Formats: sequence, structure tokens, C-alpha cells
Amino acid sequence: MKQVLVACGAGIATSTVVNNAIEELAKENGIKVDLKQIRIAEVSTYEDTADLLVTTAMTKKEYSFPVINARTFLTGIGVEDTKKQILEELLK
Amino acid sequence: MSEFRFNEEVILMNLEAADYTEVLQQMGENLVKHHYVKDSFIPAIIEREQEFATGLPTAGVSVAIPHTDAVHVNQKTISIATLKNPVDFVIMGEVSETTPVQIVFMLAMDEPHSQLELLQDLMKIFQEGTFLDQLLQTDSVLELKKQVTEKLNLSDFKGGERL
Repeated sequence: MKQVLVACGAGIATSTVVNNAIEELAKENGIKVDLKQIRIAEVSTYEDTADLLVTTAMTKKEYSFPVINARTFLTGIGVEDTKKQILEELLK
Repeated sequence: MSEFRFNEEVILMNLEAADYTEVLQQMGENLVKHHYVKDSFIPAIIEREQEFATGLPTAGVSVAIPHTDAVHVNQKTISIATLKNPVDFVIMGEVSETTPVQIVFMLAMDEPHSQLELLQDLMKIFQEGTFLDQLLQTDSVLELKKQVTEKLNLSDFKGGERL
């Protein structure tokens, strides 16, 4: 099972919405994921276990796993592309 | 957990501000005045915006959703300000790219998960560009309150409060 980090600055508002959207996306596609809703500052804690980071916050840091920008889940603009990117990573 | 309350006093129309810090300062002061948040909310929300920007270009006018940690909040609400002139906010997830924001939704929230539905409904508003345009055209606080209350399904809750 892939571990997906869902992070925003505070870990309370936007990550809640994105977390739920990914949960539904995975369910619709019959994929089991280990979702962790966290603050962006906590990402390094999961450095060794995470497969993907989906975030609404800015990250300058380089990680060993791919990072996908999740702003489209909030604005709806380009959300289908973002979902496709996430699915591709989950199915790898 | 505090109740959610959405009243006229959290709506500011045609707010005038030179930059986003002034927008957050004025909206924050208003929330402090009506006891929704603690004094510490103001510096906290400004600092959070500097670190993690919340500007969102939408299908219609650009919006911003500034928010900060629950510890500064007494009473949950969403404060709304329409801006007299657009104010640049850095776009969420970007380093320096900005968007001219015309409506600000300041979230005073507590625990994660407790507000999923409300936040999802709010994002739905952003995805319908026309509703934001309609909000900007609105000329009275009561009318704006009515429109948002209907859109966010707040009317199901007695007195605009939601447990």
C-alpha cells in the first residue's frame, strides 16, 4: 500500500478538503492508500516511508518522493489533470 | 468545541486596504472586537499568510482564504470581506506569484475534520465563478449574508449556529 502525505501549512483547512478528495479518488478506483494528513513542517518525519506528497503549501525542499500541487482541488481549475497525476503515482 | 456562527458583524463590505497585511489586520481587528478570536489571532494570521500564502485564482474573481491555528480562536466563523480595490495575495503553493484578490474568506476554525463539509461547500463556491461575481455585486450586508447562508447550507442550523 502506498503512503500518501497530504499537507498544508496548518494541517487544518485545505489539507482536510484534499485528504477527502484523495480518499474518494482511491475508493472510486479500488485502490487502498495509507493517507496521512499533516502539516508541511512534519513531512520530514515521513521521509523514509512516504511514496507521494500532495500539498497546497509551497515546498522549496527536495524529497525522495514526487510532490504534486493540490491547489486545483480547491479551485476546480485543472483538477482532472491533478487526479490523473495522483492516480498514476498510486498505480506505479 | 465552539459553535459555528455566521452573523452580519463578520461581513465587511468595500474594505479599503493598501496590501494584504492591512486586509488581514482590519478583518482580524473586527473579529477581536466581536470576541470571535483572541488578540494573538492577528499576528498569527499575518505570519501564516507570509509563510503559507492563500490566494486562489478561481473561474471568476480571485479569493483568499487566510487562516491560522485553532488556539487563537474562541468562536468558529468565516469572516467575509469584499475589497473596494483588488489587493495582491501570493498564490497558494507559489513562492512569489500573486493574484489580485477581490473577496477574502477569513477562516476562524478549530479541529481538523470538524469542518470538512463546510470547507467543501466553500470550495464549491469558488468553483462556480458566477456566484463570486454575484457576491461582489451585492450592495448590502444582509443580502450577502443571505446568499452565503443559503449557499453554505447554514440555514439548516437554528440561528445560523451549527454545533
